Amino acid sequence: MSAQPRFAAAAYCGLFFMLLAILASSAWWLGNSPSQMQFDARLMPPSTSHWLGTDALGRELWARTVAGLRLSFWVGLSAALLGTAIALTLAAVATLSTTLNAIISLLIDTLLSVPHLILLLLIAFALGGGTQAVIIAVAFTHWPSLTRVLRAELLTVRQAPYVAISQGFGKRRGFILVHHLLPHVFPHCIVGALLLFPHAILHEAALTFLGVGLDPSQPAIGVLLADAMRYLTAGYWWLGVFPGLGLLLMVLCIDRLAFHLRRAL
Amino acid sequence: MLQINQLNLQLPHYRKWWRREWATCIEDVTFDVQPAEIHAVIGASGAGKSLLASTIMGLLPEGAKATGQLYFDGNLLTSEHQQRLRGHQLALIPQSLNALDPLVRSQRQVSWAARRAGNPHTVAWQLAREALSHYQLDRDAQRRYPHELSGGMARRVLTAMAHVSRANLIIADEPSVGLDPQQRNRVLAALKALALEGKAVILITHDLRHALPIADRVTIMRQGRSVETTQASAFQGQGEQLQSTYARALWHALPNNAFSTSPTRLSSKEPTLA
Amino acid sequence: MRLILVLLCVAAVSFGLIMLSPIDPIDAYLGSQMAQVSPDQRALIAEQWGFDAPPAAQFSRWLSQLLSGELGWSHIYNQPVSDVISQRFQRSILLLGSAWLLALLVGFALGIIAGAKEGSLLDRLICGYVYVTASTPTFWLAMLALLLFSVYLGWMPTCCAGPTGVVNQDVSTLTRLHHLILPVATLALLGIAAITLHTRARMVALMRSDIALHAFAQGATRFDIAWRHGIRHASLPAITLAFASLGELFGGSILIEQVFAYPGLGQATVEAGLRSDVPLLLGIALFTALFVSIGNLIADSLYQLIDPRISKEQP
Repeated sequence: MSAQPRFAAAAYCGLFFMLLAILASSAWWLGNSPSQMQFDARLMPPSTSHWLGTDALGRELWARTVAGLRLSFWVGLSAALLGTAIALTLAAVATLSTTLNAIISLLIDTLLSVPHLILLLLIAFALGGGTQAVIIAVAFTHWPSLTRVLRAELLTVRQAPYVAISQGFGKRRGFILVHHLLPHVFPHCIVGALLLFPHAILHEAALTFLGVGLDPSQPAIGVLLADAMRYLTAGYWWLGVFPGLGLLLMVLCIDRLAFHLRRAL
Repeated sequence: MLQINQLNLQLPHYRKWWRREWATCIEDVTFDVQPAEIHAVIGASGAGKSLLASTIMGLLPEGAKATGQLYFDGNLLTSEHQQRLRGHQLALIPQSLNALDPLVRSQRQVSWAARRAGNPHTVAWQLAREALSHYQLDRDAQRRYPHELSGGMARRVLTAMAHVSRANLIIADEPSVGLDPQQRNRVLAALKALALEGKAVILITHDLRHALPIADRVTIMRQGRSVETTQASAFQGQGEQLQSTYARALWHALPNNAFSTSPTRLSSKEPTLA
Repeated sequence: MRLILVLLCVAAVSFGLIMLSPIDPIDAYLGSQMAQVSPDQRALIAEQWGFDAPPAAQFSRWLSQLLSGELGWSHIYNQPVSDVISQRFQRSILLLGSAWLLALLVGFALGIIAGAKEGSLLDRLICGYVYVTASTPTFWLAMLALLLFSVYLGWMPTCCAGPTGVVNQDVSTLTRLHHLILPVATLALLGIAAITLHTRARMVALMRSDIALHAFAQGATRFDIAWRHGIRHASLPAITLAFASLGELFGGSILIEQVFAYPGLGQATVEAGLRSDVPLLLGIALFTALFVSIGNLIADSLYQLIDPRISKEQP
């Protein structure tokens, strides 16, 4: 039994990086097809010449979906990394003194008591929308739970004998933090970031869907789906189904990767 | 009642990554248990005693390989057989007190055991009360949660659960561990009473000294093998009647034998070093 | 005590965020009339609403109004904020409450079934379902449901809380419920995942425990153990989790209400955000924080109850 998780994790990692490479290189092989309009082929259903159909301006849906996924991926990645960095910093700060710990606990409680989406709306509102605003908003709403985990982890490691010995040698707090504590929580950070990732992507899409996130002119998944809403009742199902399906598959992929990595570690 | 014939047991374990290897936990164990007797299985921890209990009950972890034969009442004990007999003919008093559900009052737990033995609801409830009273657990104790009971009381609840099943073979796994002398004697006396009712009792313990006064026969196990099966009365004097050196060594290792020049007979009333 | 402190922090944080916003509230208020207003009139409005005061002064003014129960005036609905919230919440609570209950019940049942026999076909199916729904964008699922049941099958209405063009009072209860089915179902479908996973984890741990082994030794079947022990062990954690995840539920309802054009609190939130209705946005943020905090509080106190051991040891 103990063998399988690592195999699965390795397999998932390989698959993940392959998909990532395809996605990352899509900017190159897609060219400008996501924004290329074909006025003779508007709102075409999926067929062999238009794989996933076309939208109201005759743009290829598959190209727009891939472009949207790429955008979502980068936004999600940046937000997850930023969120993890915030979580790690605050968790480290919280271990320094009880007062700081109390302040950070209060901050965590505060952020956890506002529904994510409302906080996202508030932050996106405060920053005036746009890609950067979305990244910052998602990062600033997703650190609390990871901070809790990391703080608990840091507090237990600090009690470990080897840290006490290091302290006995007269090493400074900063030294201990950098050399003993941070390396220990690093794996947790990676898994934490990966677990944040799907949330970040889903929230980014939700925010964009509501109209306060990414710029409507960009081919983001949220934008595509918000557009699709207008054509939904007319029966143009492919506009709504495929971008969402793409997002679902990407999120599922990342989620499984995080799951297997956590089990293997 | 129960006959164990050349029992072998191997458990799989993974030695780095995917290499599966088999560890032999029980090897060539043969003995039998008769009705109305207490058969003590003595061995140090890791001797395979608890696994022996699991094998008889048919509760081995997945992937375990067992060979050899078990006969119950003269019939070969297959796993379907075991499944049918569990809770009716075979009962286990587990080693760990964690076996009691912490969220369920003691009377209800015992009544569940009675239900699983095939009694209807109201009868089971009544049987549970009677069984608990039988083991000197009053109405108050019957309404308590396991964590509110002392170790000895919890043991007696476990014994009551085996009792209500009316099983003919009862396996008690380390029933006296962690108890003070008075409580231990109570639990051991309860086992003796079960044997006197005509049931076969397998008493699994590492504690030779306290098993001897109530046991009829003794099997000594060491590293998965049965070293010797003998009458409990063979443990006396210098151990002249014991055949194996290991059994003799165990006998001599008891504090009373090692410390006194003239070996005295053991009784359950003597003070203990525990 | 902690609740009040947290709410105060929520107020401060959300107010601070609003102050950061580059959107000029006067512009937002005026909307298309912006060009017709002279700078003098703008200054007058700003003075009247206290926008020229320093942020700290504005915050304390707002806070003191808040304490006297005055949440401000919502310019997009032309109603006091408290009225908007209470009206909208009445509609939303129906949606939230039924989805919450449905998610709890179904999630719990699925978790018990999946955990009872780890690795069985049923377990794999349920787990697969859970992993997929956990990765599904809420609003996309709502769109799919709309597409399938309303557009293609025509079983369900496509929007709103009642038929369009009918006065609110005239809508019958049955029609209301009919409009609720899809939103509730989609909202619940997503809530189920978390509760199922949690319950399943509890069940798997139980099935590997000494308790289960002992029960097996008594001749119990897996079903028996799941029924007698499992429900006791898993129900309070599931309820606790359900209370602790009210925030997620509310977030989901914002999206769902948007897709189904259901005129609840969630839709009002989006409107307030898009059209810069600051008092309404702040009011909703505070209100939902209260709502979620109470949920968290209940969850925390339930943790004490989970186990008779804890409640007895810490009176």
